[in-house]
Amino acid sequence: MADLRELYQEVILEHSKTPRNFKQPPAVNRSAEGYNPLCGDHFTVYLDMEGDSIRDIGFKGSGCAISKASASMMTQIVKGKSKQEASALFEDFHKLVTGTDGKNADLGKLAVFSGVSEFPTRVKCATLAWHTLQAALAGQHDAVSTE
Amino acid sequence: MTVLADKLPETSAGESTTSDALDVEKVRRDFPILSRMVHGKKLVYLDNAATSQKPRAVIDAISGYYENDNSNIHRGVHFLSGLATEAHDHARTTVQKFINAADSREVVFTRGTTEAINLVAQTYGRAHVGAGDEVLITAMEHHSNIVPWQILCEEKKARLRVAPIDDRGELLLDEFEKLLTPRTKIVAVTHVSNALGTVNPLAAIIKMAHSRNIPVLVDGAQAIPHLRVDVQALDCDFYTFSSHKVYGPMGIGVLYGKASLLESMPPYQGGGDMISSVTFEKTTYNKLPYKFEAGTPDVAGAIGLGAAIDYVNHLGRENVAAHEHELLTYATHTLSAISGLRLIGTAREKTGALSFVLEDIHPHDIGTILDQQGIAIRTGHHCAQPVMERFGIPATARASFAVYNTKEEIDALAAGIQKVREVFA
Repeated sequence: MADLRELYQEVILEHSKTPRNFKQPPAVNRSAEGYNPLCGDHFTVYLDMEGDSIRDIGFKGSGCAISKASASMMTQIVKGKSKQEASALFEDFHKLVTGTDGKNADLGKLAVFSGVSEFPTRVKCATLAWHTLQAALAGQHDAVSTE
Repeated sequence: MTVLADKLPETSAGESTTSDALDVEKVRRDFPILSRMVHGKKLVYLDNAATSQKPRAVIDAISGYYENDNSNIHRGVHFLSGLATEAHDHARTTVQKFINAADSREVVFTRGTTEAINLVAQTYGRAHVGAGDEVLITAMEHHSNIVPWQILCEEKKARLRVAPIDDRGELLLDEFEKLLTPRTKIVAVTHVSNALGTVNPLAAIIKMAHSRNIPVLVDGAQAIPHLRVDVQALDCDFYTFSSHKVYGPMGIGVLYGKASLLESMPPYQGGGDMISSVTFEKTTYNKLPYKFEAGTPDVAGAIGLGAAIDYVNHLGRENVAAHEHELLTYATHTLSAISGLRLIGTAREKTGALSFVLEDIHPHDIGTILDQQGIAIRTGHHCAQPVMERFGIPATARASFAVYNTKEEIDALAAGIQKVREVFA
């Protein structure tokens, strides 16, 4: 069960139960749908962009504890950041959850997701919202899929 | 060739007729993989609706073929080609007897259920379904019995109709009958739902369709491991199943079709083996079943499937069904007692699988936590997204049973689910 606690950390469980920014912001100028066909996780990420900066962000949809908590914490950390900063964070986060040298990056609270690297089948859950954010930032119209 | 038959006791019907209860521990020893560990725990394999494990007899039949008899079939005059051809033919006859087809020409080998359904949609379907016509399926179909028909309907400007199910996961027969119209050209229906475990009333369905001269294709992927299938008694026009769900290898499956229908259908794929003669002006197609088997087939796969059927016959299909029924009843009872657990699919006639949700814990999380305890279940939409939509859930956790499962394993599942609750408490 020790391994499981690494994955299901209190912070993650708490965010999955009461996700932050779990709504469509009042003004939205970009959005994207993300979808994990393996397990049916499905999120929409909404952005209110001011130039290259994320003025507001929200998400809706359904998914497992990991994907929901990841989406929730992502919205908190990228709010107010620039497109480039958000992309850089995703790069570091991806390294963290895949266990490829992410431990040194300064990810703040997102470090709680380091346990995901021990569960390769759950990497897609942890990154779904981030992939969706990338698609929204890029202005893609088709739904992104983790497959 | 009789790689397996040599090793098994023969009975006149080719099937064990003893009614002795199954010796599960003995059965378990036939499956090498069941003794392995997962995450340091004893494997509890409850994902049989996805694929079953393989008994030693099947593994040996396949490796024995490659070690001793491998050669291409219908090609050479040499000794090994003859052996391989004979073994392939023998496997077809084994399948024919297993489903009680009238003739081995009615047994077409495919890559699996999916390819078998696509074959019918692309041959019979394209020849008979036109603009404004209808194809009738049900709301509990696997994607493999939805998408091939959608592709056909899109191409032909035809309409895909869907017969609804109730909250138990049972087909609404009255509604089904109302959807049979003069425009209905084919009915495609699952025998057993992979997501819900529902056993469909095939006799009634087929009677309703046939009284209107509409042929019926049955997706038998989830039925073949659990139920006795007699295609003549059912009077279905097409029956499809996969080897790997009934203890055989992956990559091979079966399309059964009534000879008269198969004869009338255009070929599916062109190539070697499916022809009698080829010139640049004209090709004459081969007779059944070869007309639908272009290219070198999966000979080892067919032999493996034959060995799997021999194995099931050896255990006795009635014994297998009785054991699995007991497991499903016990699991239903045990899991229902867990607070916060809701069964999805409570049809009066079920077999093989038990789908559930647990409070608001996502099935994927349930799956990961059970996996850490060595328990393998399926989580997700089970390639049946419309079923999930019908029940208003994104996914379920599904435990599915095979002949080698035990009540102790179901107890382990129940204990595992309690751990899930602890993690999320």
